[in-house]
Amino acid sequence: MFTVAKRALATIGAVLAMSGSALAAVASADPIKIGHYGSLTGSEATFGQSTSNGIKLAIKEFNAKGGLNGQMIELKEYDTRGDAGEAKLAVERLCKSDKVAAVLGEVASKLSLAGGPVCQEAGVPMITPSSTNPKVTAVGDMVFRVCFIDPFQGFAGAKFAREELKAKNAAVLVDQAQAYAVGLAEQFVLNYKKMGGTISTEQTYTGGATDFTAQLTSIRSSKPDVVYIPGYYTDVANIALQARKLGITAPLLGGDGWDSEQLAKIGKDAIEGCYYTNHYAPDQPDAAVQTFIKSYKKEFGGSTPDGLAALGYDAANILFAAMKKAKTPGGRDLRDAIADTKDFAGVTGKITINSNRDATKSAVVVEMTGNPPEPKYVTTVTPE
Amino acid sequence: MKTLAQHQQDVPGKVATRWDVMLLPWVACIVVALVVHFASPVLVNEYWQNVLRRVGVFVIAAVSLNIVNGYAGQFSMGHAGFMAVGAYVAGATTYYGSLLLHGSVNDPNFYYQGIGLMLGGIGLGCVVAAIAGYLVGLPSLRLRGDYLAIVTLGFGEIIRVMLELTKGQLDNAAAVKDAGAKLLIHLNGPSGFFGIPSYANLFWIFLFVSVTCLIAYRIKYSSTGRALLSIREDEIAARSMGVDLTKYKVRAFVLAAALGGVAGGLYSHIGANPSPTDAGFQRSFDVILLVVLGGLGSISGSVLAAIVLILLPEVLREAQQYRLIIFALLLIIMMIVRPKGLFGVKEIWELDWFTGWFSGKRRERKAGAK
Repeated sequence: MFTVAKRALATIGAVLAMSGSALAAVASADPIKIGHYGSLTGSEATFGQSTSNGIKLAIKEFNAKGGLNGQMIELKEYDTRGDAGEAKLAVERLCKSDKVAAVLGEVASKLSLAGGPVCQEAGVPMITPSSTNPKVTAVGDMVFRVCFIDPFQGFAGAKFAREELKAKNAAVLVDQAQAYAVGLAEQFVLNYKKMGGTISTEQTYTGGATDFTAQLTSIRSSKPDVVYIPGYYTDVANIALQARKLGITAPLLGGDGWDSEQLAKIGKDAIEGCYYTNHYAPDQPDAAVQTFIKSYKKEFGGSTPDGLAALGYDAANILFAAMKKAKTPGGRDLRDAIADTKDFAGVTGKITINSNRDATKSAVVVEMTGNPPEPKYVTTVTPE
Repeated sequence: MKTLAQHQQDVPGKVATRWDVMLLPWVACIVVALVVHFASPVLVNEYWQNVLRRVGVFVIAAVSLNIVNGYAGQFSMGHAGFMAVGAYVAGATTYYGSLLLHGSVNDPNFYYQGIGLMLGGIGLGCVVAAIAGYLVGLPSLRLRGDYLAIVTLGFGEIIRVMLELTKGQLDNAAAVKDAGAKLLIHLNGPSGFFGIPSYANLFWIFLFVSVTCLIAYRIKYSSTGRALLSIREDEIAARSMGVDLTKYKVRAFVLAAALGGVAGGLYSHIGANPSPTDAGFQRSFDVILLVVLGGLGSISGSVLAAIVLILLPEVLREAQQYRLIIFALLLIIMMIVRPKGLFGVKEIWELDWFTGWFSGKRRERKAGAK
């Protein structure tokens, strides 16, 4: 037994020595390391990959302009597989092994809630590009976000349904297994009622289900003017297909969880004429948006960036702007600089970080139109 | 490595007075825990220490599931359900207990009381999981093979959905006092219970790991263990030899559930935020994978498989999204090379190549055995 232990120890020692020298080699080039953790695989893989692309584009542009006074930015990126335990370990690795200056990520609020405390404890600023749950930034003063929060998105959905669609009756179909969906639905119902609308029925499903006939039949019989489905794109596309088959013609309305090319690919024309609230729209008549889309298409072979790519891009750029302002690009100095962000002109709108470390900004509503359906900008909803 | 039974043969009639046999292993458990606790900060950084904590949790999970799936040969697919029960009970005990007694969570001034709450919570989680194991086990263990798998799978899914339907987490002492017994429904639904302090350091984890292994080892070489192995090989033969099938199956099931609850309780105290998906079949599969790969019935096999399979994805992390492909490929190769798992039903020190390779006393041992 002892011989085994000795051999094992010798091996571990050798491995450690090797990785140590590898780290030393990297350190002599002296770039600033930043980390990203995201679901590059798993059921929300497109989210992680889009965010990753956005971040990479921002880094490339920043480095091309000379980086931070000549210091280049280097990205360390780890996959979370959409699992909270993995997310925690990935962030630990970023903060403690790779010693990054700042961390970007995650998309899903559940995973940001796992990674946030690690950054807080390690004193590394974290910016989540797109976790919308209010609790994420409540973890501590090191955690920021550049997207709006669930209550606002629920409010924006309700406002759009009441004022633009003039819908009186709304049905709600919510994924009870997703805190994100439940949060949005709560805020939608609350605000919709406040604005004088009525909720005809509230139905639930569990993400990954394939048959929604029972829920959709009750929704059909409640005769809604609009159906609010704040779920993720795969489920929503299936729901849309089945809803149209059952003869529900009311427009479907959702949140930023719809934002994926897959929505139109699976949903096809069933998804036409549906709306969702989002962080940005590719056809917004805004110069910053158009430049971003052009360079993104050039960089990643022609595909149009979704909202998550735009948010990843903005998160990285806010971080770089803060690094330029900060006395030292890391730790509390960097944190204070990020907290100071005011009217930052990002692709997803003018971003101001408020005292809760959340972003105050507007949401856009997009409509799926054309054949095949593509997201088209309809209107912008600003905070009250 | 003598088994307890062999020791008994050495000293006939003096079993009760062999304090060294009875106590030494428990002392050894504490020593192991202390060694891991104090050696790892010297050898590896904090990140790898955390990986090690996760390894420890999954070692307990695998070794405990091995009692049902390995020794008794009953295919349980609900182990994650028991783990989740333990995780939520222990996590909620620490979290809400801290709020009630101290008014805040994770206060350094409340550290030792917090540890006490964690241990109490793990104990409670262990008992609740055992009760759940008994309730699930009693009616369902008349079933065999696929049918048992389906029932236990159903149990895990019920736990998952129930957890998903729970309400938001309370975050102040006053609300906790008001809620009283209703605390049970405030487990924060789908987003998972968070904010549980990471009290389970390497000492606690590896204390529980070694105790679990000791329990599993002693059971395997006891009359209960032999009865279980006989059930696994042939139920009819076992029954004809006077083995009470239901009794032993339920015993194995309850014990596995209880230890699974402990694994869960520790899991929620390493900062892993237990969430409903942790009760789902995906997590159960993860644990089954460890048991099958290590060899059904082999404790050291489960331990090694847990170590390898938790460390491997971390080592491969640099390969990012491709690591899961490499990981799956390695699994396939391992199963082809060793179809009965790493060690089959044997323990590592019972394998010829191991004893021959490392001690050089292979012949001596063999001769001694005769």
